Amino acid sequence: MISLLLLALVFAECSLLAIGGVASTLPEMAHLVVDVHHWATAPQFAALFGLGQAAPGPNMLISTLIGERVAGLPGALVGTAAMITPSGMLALTVSRIWDRFEAAPWRRIVQAAITPISSGLILAGAAYLIRAADHDPFAYAISFGAAFINLRSKLHPLWLLAGGVGLGLVGLA
Amino acid sequence: MTVQHGHPSLSYRELFIGFFAAGVSGFGGVLPFARRLIVERRGWLSAAEFTDLLALCQFLPGPNIVNFAFVFGARHHGLRGSLVAVVGLLAAPFVIVLLLGGFYTRYGQIPIVHHGFIGLAAAASGLMLGTGVKIALPLFRRLGASIIVAAAFLLVGILQFGIPLTILLTLPFSLFIAWRWRR
Repeated sequence: MISLLLLALVFAECSLLAIGGVASTLPEMAHLVVDVHHWATAPQFAALFGLGQAAPGPNMLISTLIGERVAGLPGALVGTAAMITPSGMLALTVSRIWDRFEAAPWRRIVQAAITPISSGLILAGAAYLIRAADHDPFAYAISFGAAFINLRSKLHPLWLLAGGVGLGLVGLA
Repeated sequence: MTVQHGHPSLSYRELFIGFFAAGVSGFGGVLPFARRLIVERRGWLSAAEFTDLLALCQFLPGPNIVNFAFVFGARHHGLRGSLVAVVGLLAAPFVIVLLLGGFYTRYGQIPIVHHGFIGLAAAASGLMLGTGVKIALPLFRRLGASIIVAAAFLLVGILQFGIPLTILLTLPFSLFIAWRWRR
């Protein structure tokens, strides 16, 4: 019971700190999980994050995995819910206000100002992922090939992922 | 429920299935799949509406695509719509990541499994790059916006600044450029 409460508190804090996405909260999350509560060692934390990336879904799934380590299935549920609920409620509140001022000049200016920043952050996130995932020229070729095909065709992305797995099995063997 | 921009209100079923499909296929990040589904396939939002809503969700704390599901769901069916969209988005990934955790603990050291994971991660990161470029392309028509895109990318992607600090540094310039451009 105590461990579930602690999980809820830790991930609720990370939820509200994750400005711009989960990546920005990782240092704080690692500090709380590794140093403060000793739920995992640093290498275990990195491995769990990698697993969360390998699974489909948002990259907040590390909270699911840490929750499971600490308290089994209930822990996984609490870790997941705590990671998304505080920030989700805040997003709902802000978007209501945002929608109300749809025609207001200041809103149009703010929207025009935040969209390019958001776009740069997405590209930076992609660069971070590419650096984390690729450790040789072959892997870089897979990444840039997938990016190019994704830009130029309407091929379903799952085909590109399957192609990546296939190339990994053949090319790295 | 109020639905914006004249798009018809979606049923609970459509919301759930749409976000479930995006979640279950979203290897390496849901964004490419969510954008393809919402903009390119179903036409639930225009490309510009998608980018604007995503930008708002990205400026607020929390996992961006989950915030997106909260807000998009609520636009159609209030809090219940949020719940349906978010549960749809996370149901499959939740189960899969737990199974994968067990699988990886047991078989992750076998080389062939390891190589498959490397190829998957490489393709997934490339997919994220392709989607990022798609979202940035319309902005490159304006010089001011292009500079801000490049600055945000440089600060976080190359100089490894934190995201809150990057927002703090770029936002005043971006606001000024947007204000000049809109006048």
